[in-house]
Amino acid sequence: MAENPSKDNSADAPKSAAAQLFDIRLLIGALFVLYGVMLTIAGFVTSGKQLTKASDININLWLGLAMLLVGLLFLLWLKLNPLRHEREPDEAESGREPRRH
Amino acid sequence: MLRLDVNFFDYTILAVYFALVIAIGVMARRAIATSEDFLLSGRSLPAWVTGLAFISANLGAIEILGMAANGAQYGVSTVHFYWIGAVPAMVFLGIVMMPFYYGSRVRSVPEFLRRRFNAPTHLFNAWSFAAAAVLTAGVNLYALALVIHALIGWPTWLSIVVSAGFVLAYITLGGLSGAIYNEVLQFFVIIAGLVPLVVIGLNDVGGWSGLQRKINKPEFFNSWSGTHLGHWTNPLGDWFGIVMGLGFVLSFGYWTTNFAEVQRALSAKDLSAGQRTPLIGSFPKIFIPGLTIVPGLIAIAVLPKFGSAKGLAYNDAIPALMNKYLPNGTLGIALAGLLAAFMAGMAANVSSFNTVFTYDIWQTYFVKDRPDRYYLTVGRVVTVVGIVIGIGTAFIASGYTNIMNYIQLLFSYFNAPLFATFIIAMFWKRASPWAGVSGLTAGTLGAFLMHIFGFNIAYFYPGGHYDPTHATINVQMLNFYGAIVAFVADAVVTVAVSLVTKPKPVAELAGLVYGVPDPDAPDPASIPKPKWWASPKILGAISIGITAVLSIIFV
Repeated sequence: MAENPSKDNSADAPKSAAAQLFDIRLLIGALFVLYGVMLTIAGFVTSGKQLTKASDININLWLGLAMLLVGLLFLLWLKLNPLRHEREPDEAESGREPRRH
Repeated sequence: MLRLDVNFFDYTILAVYFALVIAIGVMARRAIATSEDFLLSGRSLPAWVTGLAFISANLGAIEILGMAANGAQYGVSTVHFYWIGAVPAMVFLGIVMMPFYYGSRVRSVPEFLRRRFNAPTHLFNAWSFAAAAVLTAGVNLYALALVIHALIGWPTWLSIVVSAGFVLAYITLGGLSGAIYNEVLQFFVIIAGLVPLVVIGLNDVGGWSGLQRKINKPEFFNSWSGTHLGHWTNPLGDWFGIVMGLGFVLSFGYWTTNFAEVQRALSAKDLSAGQRTPLIGSFPKIFIPGLTIVPGLIAIAVLPKFGSAKGLAYNDAIPALMNKYLPNGTLGIALAGLLAAFMAGMAANVSSFNTVFTYDIWQTYFVKDRPDRYYLTVGRVVTVVGIVIGIGTAFIASGYTNIMNYIQLLFSYFNAPLFATFIIAMFWKRASPWAGVSGLTAGTLGAFLMHIFGFNIAYFYPGGHYDPTHATINVQMLNFYGAIVAFVADAVVTVAVSLVTKPKPVAELAGLVYGVPDPDAPDPASIPKPKWWASPKILGAISIGITAVLSIIFV
């Protein structure tokens, strides 16, 4: 088998810091909640001219509510099932909760 | 000239989005200590993230605007680019090919070729991929500048520099994780921007039946009509070209061997997540035509003289509808999604280019055996260089009017033969080291020659009437047949060269070829099995099933 060049410097190779990566659900949730609130408020003050433009659908209101809902669902998912990175075996055993995948 | 009525509210929405784009890069930087963290996200991401990034890397704005244009020009036949032209290949990648890519721990698609064949095969693929990636990045950048110029009036050069600057910031800081996280975010924002367009548009024309009445061309709503062999009238040509050229050769070549896509699956946290990456991505792919082709159809129904010399161009379908229908606020969301999609298209290409250049070219042939820290720095420098080349390429792209065809032309030269080489490599251990590069060269040459001489074949012209000016030729059909020629040329030469040259010792093929297991691979019993609903075979079967049902409905 051809050897993998990444293993050449095994002695003082730095450890991967991938476990430090934040959870994207937090940012998606936050952005959609913020946009949702902004659009919902805009939905209440959208002018008649803009409503006619959108073939009489108050799209700012509806999109705002939908985005608010999606954002809250992401935050809920994050809260119910937070990110757990693969830990070293000894750490994993001392973990409080059973690991899920 | 089309100019969006953007106000301060829309600009606020855009500003929030772009601040978040940079924040993702800054926050992802903490997670980078090694070159693999930077170039492959440390192989740590969950399947839903890599799956959405997998589809988002392809859902660049050129794809969105181009497919809406195709929808307006060709009608419902455009679904072939999504269903037969993508879903089967994605399912095949997940179920059949990922075990070889992920299981062999290669860090890139060219690296698979290096271990399976030899250095010349590797160099051929690594250089052609690197060139295609920076070229495509430049095309995306140029298209972005055109849209920004048209919609909000910025000069082209300023749009190019500013958007390249954003991409530069988030991928030199956050690496592949920065790119992938932005792709996931972009996926949701572009959906939020396109859904209102479809809802309002369909409401305006009186629903799907109202749309059919207004367009009043029944053949426009059937995807397979006029695809008879010998006397085709479908805008995409006959069924053989669609099934074999688009559905088999081009689609499999793109989805299963294009590193910008496969890289997303390689960054997943384990083999099961890697396998599920393209499968999860296939579900949005099935339904995206509803957000791209349908706006194209709405555009021809409601915009006067759309697509003719006096009206707007087909590529303007989505921006024109945004202008017509969306109130300020929703307009800002749609614009943010569109600009994000352009940046994602560029970032996907640059983040795969830097990996191939760093690992496959620099570390393999130029400066070997340095500490990992050195290659992390190389990766960052190459990212900057890639973006600078992309900016230069943006101006080359301006020489071509139809950007979509330009990219397809690249695919047919480089990607069409690839799948032949990979499928033979993975399933025939006799395929010899020199067969790899010979097959690829023959296939690329085949695609090139077909593109030149295909213009003289009367069958590719509507009704079989040859046009000496070449103006009426069916370009898509020529591409599909060019791909078939490339595939056959590659396969024939690969097999022929294998039969007369020495094969690789079987011990060196462990984990790379079907039937030659890797002795170092972990015991299959020790790997946790995914839940039944996350089983790749079940996900793949559901995906193919939905596609089949939809294909029958829109036959």
